[in-house]
Amino acid sequence: MDSDAFIELENVSFAYGSRRILDGISLRIPRGQLVAIMGGSGSGKTTLLRLISGQVKPDTGRVWVDGQEVNRLDTAGLYALRRKLGMLFQFGALFTDLSVLDNVAFPIREHTRLPDSMVRDLVLMKLQAVGLRGAAQLMPAELSGGMARRVALARAIALDPALMLYDEPFTGLDPIALGTIAALIKQLNDALGTTAVMVTHDVHVSLSVVDHVYFVAGGRIVAGGTPDEVRRSDDPFVRQFVDGQPDGPVQLHYPADDYASQLGVGGGHG
Amino acid sequence: MAEPQRNVFEALGHRLIEAVWKLGYVCRFLVDILRYSGTSLRRFPLVIREVYFAGVLSMIIIVVSGLFVGMVLGLQGYSTLVRFGSADALGALVALSLLRELGPVLAALLFASRSGSAITAEIGLMKATEQLDAMAVMAVNPVARVVAPRFWAGVLSMPVLAAIFNVMGIFGGYLVGVQLIGLDHGTFWSQMQNAVDWQTDIVNGLIKSLVFGVAVSLIAVFEGFDAKPTAEGVSSATTRTVVTSALVILALDFVLTAFMF
Repeated sequence: MDSDAFIELENVSFAYGSRRILDGISLRIPRGQLVAIMGGSGSGKTTLLRLISGQVKPDTGRVWVDGQEVNRLDTAGLYALRRKLGMLFQFGALFTDLSVLDNVAFPIREHTRLPDSMVRDLVLMKLQAVGLRGAAQLMPAELSGGMARRVALARAIALDPALMLYDEPFTGLDPIALGTIAALIKQLNDALGTTAVMVTHDVHVSLSVVDHVYFVAGGRIVAGGTPDEVRRSDDPFVRQFVDGQPDGPVQLHYPADDYASQLGVGGGHG
Repeated sequence: MAEPQRNVFEALGHRLIEAVWKLGYVCRFLVDILRYSGTSLRRFPLVIREVYFAGVLSMIIIVVSGLFVGMVLGLQGYSTLVRFGSADALGALVALSLLRELGPVLAALLFASRSGSAITAEIGLMKATEQLDAMAVMAVNPVARVVAPRFWAGVLSMPVLAAIFNVMGIFGGYLVGVQLIGLDHGTFWSQMQNAVDWQTDIVNGLIKSLVFGVAVSLIAVFEGFDAKPTAEGVSSATTRTVVTSALVILALDFVLTAFMF
């Protein structure tokens, strides 16, 4: 693999049972870049993140992260690799039985032997970065969706990971929270040199922060480029996605039998 | 996904094969739990916390049930024994029924419905809300951090709960036999002391409850970990925990009794 690529996918295919999700995807993400993967719902974007974090293994093809072939690692190797990785889940996935402070402290307490006062200081710094230092004593049930996402982000960056994975970081946020999260993601990437992969369908926010965009459809990468290239692109897929058109290469409808015949009119030939 | 079954035998075979597969999964899961139990031993407070939720919070139902079972044993036992003129043996009857059978079995059934179901629902919901995934991505093994402490807490709690059930049951028998019916205080206790043997009755009863503890805890954590990550999946997993535990407890009780007594 390339020495400057932090993540590399080579001809990766993946299926859940008989449902094909990814179909021969190849992808290179250089160290320190912030990359967005865009596509409609169910296009296999999240599966791509799960492949990178080793939560699922590809049916064929290979996945490298930081020079290690993820799909060949045993449990111990995988867990060693994951210590360099932070992941922001779509709904936060906060531990509901722990307070905000304990949630963010969780990875620090599990992986280091720092004294409790230092853990507390580290957690408060992370919470300060997401603007929730005042919420440290709250329980996850007391947080709004946007606050939960920010706490989850603080937890994901608790150990200053070399690689951040974001699963739909912008979905369901109000404009202020959305702006905060986008700025934080950008800041992390710029200040710490974190490599980051973001799966999203929020075109305009993503284009303002990322270095590179890939478009996924039908289990394949159909287009890609820098934000400027994407904005100027006349690729029909990119245009449909960026402009939000219902008609184009991407079909809104899930594959179905002929509409008329299913309703019992026209017999499918009318 | 599964194709429609063509006839009864195929359906039956399908069921059977599925059951065998599941048994295999459960065994592998138990091996995994044992392999990753180091965390539970090194950080024993994790287990203590679960002992509180699974064991200590079950005390009320165990204490009250034990008391009433003992009182009913006292009433029923007396009305039968008195016909043969051997009402003096009531203490022995109450103690032996509880220590050998009722204590371990009823405590385990109560434990399965009170704590087993709670463990399944908790782990299942953690799975449904991606908490287990989040943990695994943070390089923390959910089997070591979530499953094993709950399993060991169940195994440790069960014999203690059964013992408390027995004590309360004997006390209930005493209340009815001596205080209510008016049997002789000394006879009641001395008959009991003469009849109960340390090895055959008390130790065997404890072994039973330990075995039930392993079975119920394993079923509870497995069903939670194996639950479909949806509301429906967690609900049916919780039901399965209670039903399977009850059947397994009764079946194991028969086997153990056949070997022990």
